[in-house]
Amino acid sequence: MTAEIITMGSLNIVTAMPEIFLLIMACLVLLVDLYLPAEKRQLTYLLAQLSLIITLVLMLMNPVTHTTLAFNEFYIHDPLSQVLKSFILIISFGVFVYSRDYLAQRNIFKGEFYVLGLFAIAGMMLMVSANNMLMLYLGLELLSLCLYALVAYNRDNAKASEAAMKYFILGAIASGMLLYGMSIIYGLTGSLKFTDIATAVATGTNSAQHIGLVFGLVFIVVAIGFKLGAVPFHMWIPDVYHGAPTVVTVFIGSAPKLAGFAMFMRLLVEGLGGLQADWQQMVIVLSVLSMAVGNIVAIAQANLKRMLAYSTISHIGFLLLGIIATTPDGYAAAMFYTISYALMALGGFGMIILMARKGFEAENIADFAGLNQRSPWFAFIMSILMLSMAGVPPTLGFWAKVAVISAVIDVNMVWLAILAVIFSIVGVFYYIRIIKVMYFDEATENTPIECGRDMQLTLSTNGLAILALGLYPAALMALCVSVFK
Amino acid sequence: MENLYLAIPLAPLVGSVIAGFFGAQIGRRGAHTVTILGVAVSFVLSLVVLYQHLYQHAPAVNATLYNWMIVGGIQFQVGFLIDNLTVMMMTVVSFVSLMVHIYTIGYMSDDLENWPKDSLAGVNSYQRFFSYIALFTFSMLMLVMSNNFMQLFFGWEAVGLVSYLLIGFWAVRPSAVYANLKAFIVNRVGDFGFMLGIAAVVMYAGSLNYADVFAKAHLMSTETMSLFPGHNWNVVSVICVLLFVGAMGKSAQIPLHVWLPDSMEGPTPISALIHAATMVTAGIFMVARMSPLYELSESALSLVMVTGALTALLMGLVGIVQNDIKRVIAYSTLSQLGYMTVALGASAYSAAVFHLMTHAFFKALLFLAAGSVIIAMHHEQDMRKMGGLKKYLPITYWTSLIGSLALIGFPGFSGFFSKDTIIDVVHHSTTGGHGFAYLCVLSAVFITAFYTFRLFFLVFHGEPRMDAHTKAHLHEPPWVVWLPLIMLAIPSVFIGGFTIGDVLFGNYFGSAIYISPHHEALAELGKHFHGAWAFMQEGFVGPAFYLAMFGVFSAWFIYMKRPEIAGVIKQKFALIDTLLVKKYYVDELYAWLFGGGSRLLGKGLWTFGDVRFIDGLLVNGSAQLVAWFALVTRRLQTGFLYHYAFAMIIGLLMLFGLGLFR
Repeated sequence: MTAEIITMGSLNIVTAMPEIFLLIMACLVLLVDLYLPAEKRQLTYLLAQLSLIITLVLMLMNPVTHTTLAFNEFYIHDPLSQVLKSFILIISFGVFVYSRDYLAQRNIFKGEFYVLGLFAIAGMMLMVSANNMLMLYLGLELLSLCLYALVAYNRDNAKASEAAMKYFILGAIASGMLLYGMSIIYGLTGSLKFTDIATAVATGTNSAQHIGLVFGLVFIVVAIGFKLGAVPFHMWIPDVYHGAPTVVTVFIGSAPKLAGFAMFMRLLVEGLGGLQADWQQMVIVLSVLSMAVGNIVAIAQANLKRMLAYSTISHIGFLLLGIIATTPDGYAAAMFYTISYALMALGGFGMIILMARKGFEAENIADFAGLNQRSPWFAFIMSILMLSMAGVPPTLGFWAKVAVISAVIDVNMVWLAILAVIFSIVGVFYYIRIIKVMYFDEATENTPIECGRDMQLTLSTNGLAILALGLYPAALMALCVSVFK
Repeated sequence: MENLYLAIPLAPLVGSVIAGFFGAQIGRRGAHTVTILGVAVSFVLSLVVLYQHLYQHAPAVNATLYNWMIVGGIQFQVGFLIDNLTVMMMTVVSFVSLMVHIYTIGYMSDDLENWPKDSLAGVNSYQRFFSYIALFTFSMLMLVMSNNFMQLFFGWEAVGLVSYLLIGFWAVRPSAVYANLKAFIVNRVGDFGFMLGIAAVVMYAGSLNYADVFAKAHLMSTETMSLFPGHNWNVVSVICVLLFVGAMGKSAQIPLHVWLPDSMEGPTPISALIHAATMVTAGIFMVARMSPLYELSESALSLVMVTGALTALLMGLVGIVQNDIKRVIAYSTLSQLGYMTVALGASAYSAAVFHLMTHAFFKALLFLAAGSVIIAMHHEQDMRKMGGLKKYLPITYWTSLIGSLALIGFPGFSGFFSKDTIIDVVHHSTTGGHGFAYLCVLSAVFITAFYTFRLFFLVFHGEPRMDAHTKAHLHEPPWVVWLPLIMLAIPSVFIGGFTIGDVLFGNYFGSAIYISPHHEALAELGKHFHGAWAFMQEGFVGPAFYLAMFGVFSAWFIYMKRPEIAGVIKQKFALIDTLLVKKYYVDELYAWLFGGGSRLLGKGLWTFGDVRFIDGLLVNGSAQLVAWFALVTRRLQTGFLYHYAFAMIIGLLMLFGLGLFR
């Protein structure tokens, strides 16, 4: 990321146009929704989706030929942010599609969901485009606060409220740690801007300063670990994924991982790249623990949402492998993994939403028994998703795992690669179990699956995209590699 | 010219493919017509090539027809080396094969009776049989015509495959299935050595082509290889011994001889063609072909000679106690193969190949005659139930007599010239172990004569011992059966005396066989050779003749004159008798040692390796460990907020530790 930096005036509002538009639309949707009668709630949904599409178009119209800064260098627009934000918008679009029927069936089809969702998306985009610790913190808090509220969105559900409470408190602790770490770094380097911090770290520190920096670094790593859900900062994930309404789970489980990846890249690689040797050790520990705990505990789960929560933890372990390599190829591999995972998580939780109806959440593995008899097509889609998560060729998940594992092999950490392969084998068990349940177990009920055509179409596209990208992984891989050129 | 050569192996292949794949469409007549036509084309063309080489003195042709692939600089090719050795083999193989094809029409005509009525396996068995033997002819011709080790190996394995298919032709008989598996497995042992030999050739000569390898032979003979640390072996010796292990399997030499007697489970034409005349001699041919290598290794030659001598003697002895007509001839084949091997060991490659040729004729004759008897006896093979067949089967009787006289080496018959030469050559040889070998081959002469005429007398003379029904139906088989007998009887009588001058002491083989100046036993013999007639006259006064005559006399005395003596001898020498009847307990030893041993090993690996270690410890063990770990770790997720926060703090402290004390 040593592209030429051009600053055109101190504000340079045009560059940040997508975020600005999205924030305006979020406020607009909030206002419009206030005056809409309940039966016209569809308009809120359509407006939210429209604003996502227009934001995406605006962003793609702002091509990346060089890195552009805005708002007094608080905001950065570069290839990394372009790619990540695009996928955040695409995935959020999918989440909104999946949400409509689900919310309507439960009489909670309210404007708040989309308003909070839009603000959260804006928060993620700001995180991704942060060029300054303050900006990053701001984006993170905007995202987190919206998510806390979304988890408790179905406020009559005790489990959801409990999950929201846990998430909020633990999130506050993590947030506090992040701020503490940032302030230490600021105190030692005298700057909040990532590039300045990097320069300060690089141009010599004595050992006392170094210890101070490591002190701050640890807090930042904890916060990032919490945001991503790496062991041992993962405890919130199973409870929140389980407790939250499934549409919220799919939201938390997909797009924010991209923002979390950006947070890692901005803070640790761009800002504290000079302390690479220090954080590499810590990330290795987090990665190995995550792969181990995630894959092993997932086996013991009977609840599909919880199982996917542990699966998330294990996937975080895998994507950290790419970052551990600390090479451009490794970062590209990690990014490829993150995008792949977000798509798989979207599909996986999407399947639960598809199966669920009012009074039946379809969140137990047993609820998928005999799906092949009820709907062969969606049993097939679910099989693709599970195989991809397990990392079986020819699906996208296979290439993602290959990329990160070969990245660590390239830097001679073969033992890590072997561990990763072992845990990935352990993981295959619980993914394949879903397939076994779908195809070989007797269906407990035979009600046909009913849901909107848009949902069916999007979910099918989601599943087939994972297969197609698995068959032709070159384009996505090339995109990721080009980001770190 | 190359097209002509190519047509020789391909004609039988075409016949085989048509008879094999379209057997149902073309019927029995179509199948035997097309395969006989194919083999006849081979035979005629072989004669043409023989004529060119014999009378027009055509030079040896070494041509590569097709480059299959090049791997690591090694070329895999299909090519022909046509010299006088090849030409002789081609002619013999195609002639015997043609005779057997014709004979088969009669022998297999009522083959449907050999299959259970409700078995589908018997459908088109007649056509299938013809397809197999034509395929065999193709494979054998490819083997002898090859100019490289790859094609040699192809032919080697292909004849092995067809042999396997044909031994087990009557696949509904457990004994046939047992026998073909045995043949296949024992040959695998030999082939393993053979493959190692070829691998060593590739490793040290860098080529599969005979000419290249022979050109480098002298260079290789100065190199050594260390098979075990501290022991260096001469490369050529290692190659020769390994190749000979292959020959031991294919040519049924001790200790890999056990499959050949059992191979008699196959139909008799097969026994004649594959397990007497041609395939089993492939090992002899191969060693003769490799003479430039063997000549450089004294130790390999010694091994070859001793192995052959042991086979010639010990297998002949077993032949004495057999009662199955085909098994007697089978053991006689083993013994004669031993003779050829001894000749190889004495560097008399031409004598070995010469005996190979004469043996091919008279042994095929004997087998086919035995088949004729078996047809007449309605597939009864026990000699104790025969006797006095002379008056019922006159043609079979006279041809059998010719074959028997040739086999025992009666002066004037083909077998005499080849066998006597071998005995004399061993006498003059300087190869290590030649004294022992001489003793063996000389005593084997007596034994050969004894068991051959024991068979002859028991079958054709004396009182008929068959039941009345069989006796009433005894008659000479049809012309397709007796014609080949006569056709084979002619060379059995004449070919030896007719060709000995050129083949053994002339310059027939030319450069095809190389004999080192140090191994001149045969040349020594040549100095005293003054034509076939004189050689024959000398034969009457040699020890071999008297031994043979004594053998015939003993057989007559014991089995015709005083039949009760046989029982007495059996009782007196019960120990030896049992030893011979049990074939020296080799089968039992192999079954116990290798069969039992590998089953024990397999069971051990299964119990400890698979069930306990892989399944128990690795697969189920790791799964149980993971499941246990999952249950324990799951408990950590208590649901209490302060536990979660506590975990975060622990994580924070852990990272501190890593950051500050790394």
